Amino acid sequence: MDFWHFMISNRQQVVELTLEHITLAGVSTLIAAAIGIPLGIVITRIPKLSKLILGGANIIQTIPSLALFGFLIPAPWIGDRASRLAILALALYGLLPLIRNTYAGIQGVDPAVVEAARAMGLTDRQLLWQVELPLASGVIVAGVRIATVLSIGLATIAAAIGAGGLGEFIFRGLAMVNNDVILAGAVPAALLALAADFLLGVLERRLNVLRVKS
Amino acid sequence: MTPHPSAGPAIEFDHVSFSLNGRPLLRDLTLSVDHGETLVLLGRSGSGKTTTLKLINGLRLPTQGTVRVGGQATTEWDLIRLRRGIGYVIQDGGLFPHFTVERNIALVPTIEGWNHERVQARVRELLTLVGLNVNLASRYPSELSGGQRQRVGVARALAADPPILILDEAFGALDPITRSEMQKEFRALQQRMQKAVIFVTHDLREALLLADRIALMEDGRLIVNLTAAEFTKSEHPLVRAYMEAFSGPTNSR
Repeated sequence: MDFWHFMISNRQQVVELTLEHITLAGVSTLIAAAIGIPLGIVITRIPKLSKLILGGANIIQTIPSLALFGFLIPAPWIGDRASRLAILALALYGLLPLIRNTYAGIQGVDPAVVEAARAMGLTDRQLLWQVELPLASGVIVAGVRIATVLSIGLATIAAAIGAGGLGEFIFRGLAMVNNDVILAGAVPAALLALAADFLLGVLERRLNVLRVKS
Repeated sequence: MTPHPSAGPAIEFDHVSFSLNGRPLLRDLTLSVDHGETLVLLGRSGSGKTTTLKLINGLRLPTQGTVRVGGQATTEWDLIRLRRGIGYVIQDGGLFPHFTVERNIALVPTIEGWNHERVQARVRELLTLVGLNVNLASRYPSELSGGQRQRVGVARALAADPPILILDEAFGALDPITRSEMQKEFRALQQRMQKAVIFVTHDLREALLLADRIALMEDGRLIVNLTAAEFTKSEHPLVRAYMEAFSGPTNSR
């Protein structure tokens, strides 16, 4: 019961680090979405770029997270604050699922529906906003869901460069060889990931109803 | 400008050929369709019927020759404007699954900037015209039967009152009874509308029922272009082959 004891006596810090963790994962996923979704759209329009962009995002994903944090430290402005650096690194990891799912979602729209839309005289922009994105939305949200869960997990490592978040407890616990302190970081982080996964899963299923309706 | 000319044919193919990746799909096609006329393109799969339709609304542009709509070459049209003046119906409707029946029908009038009341009135008018209950307007395509979806497809194509209507195997996915119903209703509708209609099918019966003229196609070529009455009397071997295939004791389709 030392775990509960630790949680209760440090509840203020638990809340603080949890909020920090949510900020790290949330902001990084938003940035990843703001870049990844447009990139995913671009490669459906310019297929020549798809190998380059998907390949690039794939390579980023293979860099070990601690190494990526290290690589980014010399970057100007970004490297000044640990939290900025952590958010950038996490956003980079989130790119692949977002680009890939946006691309796959749009490519997966029934070609007959796209052709009907073109034949009715929709402009490229109208086709994208009124037909392709709504019909791809379920798959795109699935990408957001993967990126969010990934980011919540990886954000624990951000504490290694002093960016805060629930990783603080984990690293402190490791240093103290105290499992209760490790759990004080790991359990809330796991709960956060499960909650995000569940909520985005609900949204995804709602949007997918549209896709099936044909 | 709309594809409505003061005079001359609505659609004109002038020695049109089309190749895709070096493979010829259409060879030296010349034909025209007048306002108020229904031309049926009859032929097997791969004979070039659908390609011919796509050359009309600029989904394809000719490799050689000229396609003129309303007297103007498709290569000179603003393709968005051209397409909004051509109603297009495809097999199984091709409806947008994420839009209600109402939004499906209203799409072109809405992007053309009609006001809300006018769009609503038009949707009601069209639902009645194609024989659907007005309270289906709020349903999604998945909640309709195949025949209802096809009717919505026709209503959607007619929404902005285009002078030209093109239909690609429009009734091909329907059961025989619904299909026969739709064919008869469409014929009645067509006589009131006075549009230039091009209807693609591989079904001779459908062709004879709907056509003013039948253009028989094979392997990317126009074989004959005859009135429905002339067609049944033609001695052309391919026409005879069609007539025989669709007669006899097992005349299911």
